[in-house]
Amino acid sequence: MQNMLLSLLIWLPILGGGLVILLGNERATMARWMSLAIAILVFVMSLSLWTGFDSSTHLMQFVEKSAWITQFNINYHIGVDGISMPLIILTTFSTVLVIGAGWEVIQKRPAHYMAAFLMMEGLIIGVFSALDGILFYTFWEASLIPMLLIVGIWGGDNRIYAAIKFFLYTFLGSVFMLISLIYMYNKSGSFSILAWHDLSLTATEQAWIFWAFFVAFAVKVPMFPVHTWLPDAHVQAPTGGSVILAAIMLKMGGYGFFRFSLPITPDASLQFSDVVIVLSLIAVVYIGFVALVQRDMKKLIAYSSISHMGFVTLGVFALFLAYDPQAPEGAFLGLEGAMVQMISHGFISAAMFLVVGVLYDRLHSREISTYGGVINSMPKFTGFAVLFAMANAGLPGTSGFVGEFMVILGAVQANIWYAVLATTTLIVGAAYTLWMVKRVFWGAITNPAVETLDDINGREFSILAILALAVLVIGLYPQPMIEVMHTSIEHLLNQALTSKL
Amino acid sequence: MINTFQFDTAALMIALPEIFLLSAIVVVLLLDLFLTKPFKQVTYYLMQLSLLITGILSFNLIGQPETIIFGHSFVLDDLASVFKVFMMAAAMVTMVYSRHYLLQHALLKGEYFVLVMLSILGMMVMVSGYSLLTLYLGLEILSLSLYTLIAIARNRASAIEAALKYFVLGAIASGLLLYGMSMVYGISGSLNIAEIATFANSAELVSREVLVLNFGLVFLVIGIAFKLGAVPFHMWVPDVYQGSPTSVTLFISTVPKIAAVAMLVRLLVDGLGAMQPYWSDLFMVLAILSIAIGSIVALMQTNIKRLLAYSTISHVGFVLLGFSTGVISGYGAAVFYILAYVLMSLAAFGVIILLNKKGFEADLISDYKGLSKHSPWFALMMLIVMLSMAGMPPFIGFYAKLLILQQVISSGMITVAIIAVVFAVISAYYYLQIIKSMYFEDSDKEITVNAPMDMKLVLSINGVLILVVGLFPDFWMKLALSLF
Repeated sequence: MQNMLLSLLIWLPILGGGLVILLGNERATMARWMSLAIAILVFVMSLSLWTGFDSSTHLMQFVEKSAWITQFNINYHIGVDGISMPLIILTTFSTVLVIGAGWEVIQKRPAHYMAAFLMMEGLIIGVFSALDGILFYTFWEASLIPMLLIVGIWGGDNRIYAAIKFFLYTFLGSVFMLISLIYMYNKSGSFSILAWHDLSLTATEQAWIFWAFFVAFAVKVPMFPVHTWLPDAHVQAPTGGSVILAAIMLKMGGYGFFRFSLPITPDASLQFSDVVIVLSLIAVVYIGFVALVQRDMKKLIAYSSISHMGFVTLGVFALFLAYDPQAPEGAFLGLEGAMVQMISHGFISAAMFLVVGVLYDRLHSREISTYGGVINSMPKFTGFAVLFAMANAGLPGTSGFVGEFMVILGAVQANIWYAVLATTTLIVGAAYTLWMVKRVFWGAITNPAVETLDDINGREFSILAILALAVLVIGLYPQPMIEVMHTSIEHLLNQALTSKL
Repeated sequence: MINTFQFDTAALMIALPEIFLLSAIVVVLLLDLFLTKPFKQVTYYLMQLSLLITGILSFNLIGQPETIIFGHSFVLDDLASVFKVFMMAAAMVTMVYSRHYLLQHALLKGEYFVLVMLSILGMMVMVSGYSLLTLYLGLEILSLSLYTLIAIARNRASAIEAALKYFVLGAIASGLLLYGMSMVYGISGSLNIAEIATFANSAELVSREVLVLNFGLVFLVIGIAFKLGAVPFHMWVPDVYQGSPTSVTLFISTVPKIAAVAMLVRLLVDGLGAMQPYWSDLFMVLAILSIAIGSIVALMQTNIKRLLAYSTISHVGFVLLGFSTGVISGYGAAVFYILAYVLMSLAAFGVIILLNKKGFEADLISDYKGLSKHSPWFALMMLIVMLSMAGMPPFIGFYAKLLILQQVISSGMITVAIIAVVFAVISAYYYLQIIKSMYFEDSDKEITVNAPMDMKLVLSINGVLILVVGLFPDFWMKLALSLF
């Protein structure tokens, strides 16, 4: 059982999704309950990854390895370390919420909707646990398919454009990654990611491979200037799709930097770290201002996501400048902060999109101007919304603060101006989030429809309450989470700082 | 040499599949004359039975050591046997699909099946041909049967146009091929592939001889490129695909491609292997052009048959890319690709035929609107095919591309690999158009599927295989690579 755990986590939702499809849209209630049962089961099982995890080693755990395509020495090789394990739990957690959030809302082909999310869950867990290049690529690409369908079938008016743009953007990004995967196979005779960590590469090779990976991951994160698919996809996607996109799919890009770019091409990462930092700062600052002027709530949160993900790439690549042999904590804080930021953003962005989803389900509008004075008719809901907005703005005590603070500490070590620029986001972030809160929730009711809104029901309440709890727990006591990452991050830092030349 | 020809009954066993099929053709043809209208389908079942037996006979010959018989003009090796088995399997599937189409459009005639069998015989001769003459003979048996097959819908102007176009251009291509053969024969003094190989390999070739060989080589490459439909010899492909009855399009787009690859192997790898640096370069140009034109021009298509024609062109580009590497594993990759392509193409045209009704060809992309609602299962099959053709894992199309790219990159041509994948992304756009039609758009028109059970079953297996072989490609990759 213990040795099969990861495989179960991957295949149970995929096969379960198949079963839900077989149930069909006619038996919607049964399909919903079954999907929820599978999602909860997978989440509970994924918790034993946490309890069974040995945080004293950077080595892969729960490893499974068997031959897959012997012709190319491709193996079904999976395992987790402190970097991927929290992301897997984030995935299983978010899927439960998403299934719950789509419960009554999705009336069009409900079984297919649930099945798509289950299958995507399995595929994304596969991405985070794959230790073989082709296996990774397979999961990475395959996870596009359910998302394409989710946006395209259940999305808004402009869904077709958004779905195709999303697909082509990410597909174009990843084919270059494929080429470098093959290149490294030809060089090393293996597709093992861990073997590649020790593969010696010249500076030129590293540069090419770095950029090939960079395109793939930057599109996913997404970084400026390849972020334009995200606002479209987010706005058009159904609430569940936005949640998974923001909470998990963007993390695949960040995870790629941790798993591939830093350890495989450390010298190129050092060489080009300035470029990445500048792009990250543009994302943090410029996109923050772009968010300020949005009139569509989902678009606002989408831009805010890009801005927050800028912190992740900033934290990762600032480590090269921040590293000081006398005081290695600076670089370490930045890298660990990036990781914490990814997890925390997973919760907060999920919560924000769910908040918008709750409003959208009632009035079918995402425009800020439609609302105003929501607190009068939905006091409980407003309580949650304000909490999440505060977390999004990085209020201390919420999870949003921890990651950003750590990254900023790292950035101070790198260059004080980077830190200053990054810190502006705390102001701009607060501005766009709180301004939205003001216009949507507070003030007098201007639209008569708002007056008649029902407050959140038990289902919505529990989903938001669970998220609120998660945001607060990580904000107040991040230690357990940081602990599991610690050794792996330390090892990664060493890999990133050891030249391969 | 002809004078070494000895008649040997053991040799007959080597050519047993061909001999059986030929006899079956004669029997079926005669029998068909005596079948009255209600029993016409008997011809169909007899054809399927003959194809099955031919396939089994070929399968039994797998593992035979390479044998050359009939005065050095016929070869049996694993490549031949395996190709024949795949051709029979593909042909049987095409015929299952075709029957539905022929019934819907009142085209079911005994001649149809006889012509198909004849063309298959021609392809078997091509696969096993070991002299320029047998290869040409096989090609002509194939081509003449195909021209007629297209024209079998004789009251459709588009079919007649397609048949004529194919015939005229095909004749020119055959002429060019024959001209190239005459050059090679003229300088080497032999029609026989093995002797041509010895001649081309010999160290004391003077530059004049190399020049003539090269001259011939170019024409051979053009002939092959025409048959495969590689750019710039692709003009016939879209018109013929669109104009032909879909059942014939399905046939043309699948089985003959395997035979054309076999002919390529016989002529260029087995025969003119020594000239590999020359033909590699030619193929490289053809491949990149095919991938590029196939991907870009398809973007504008609204007719799904025409779209698939351009998609075929770009797939052929990938196959040629495999050959252009000039290494054995590259040829193996190309063979894997063509077999994967055939599997995908079968399913793609299968879905088109599935939706066919009297007076409804289902050949516009907009005809697929709302398919996922009316027939979720077959929409899923089409989704799988489209994603696989676009090169998405975990479907077989991805692993086929992976193999080719791996070979291309290990030959040091990274730029070519980058060009290929960028065009693969461009081509994804038009595959997405079909997915869009099926899944994202709705139509008030009810789409009904009234195909017989056998077709639905075979099509489902066909679609699922694209996924299953994609998940477990190891055996097939090894098989393809073991043929060289």
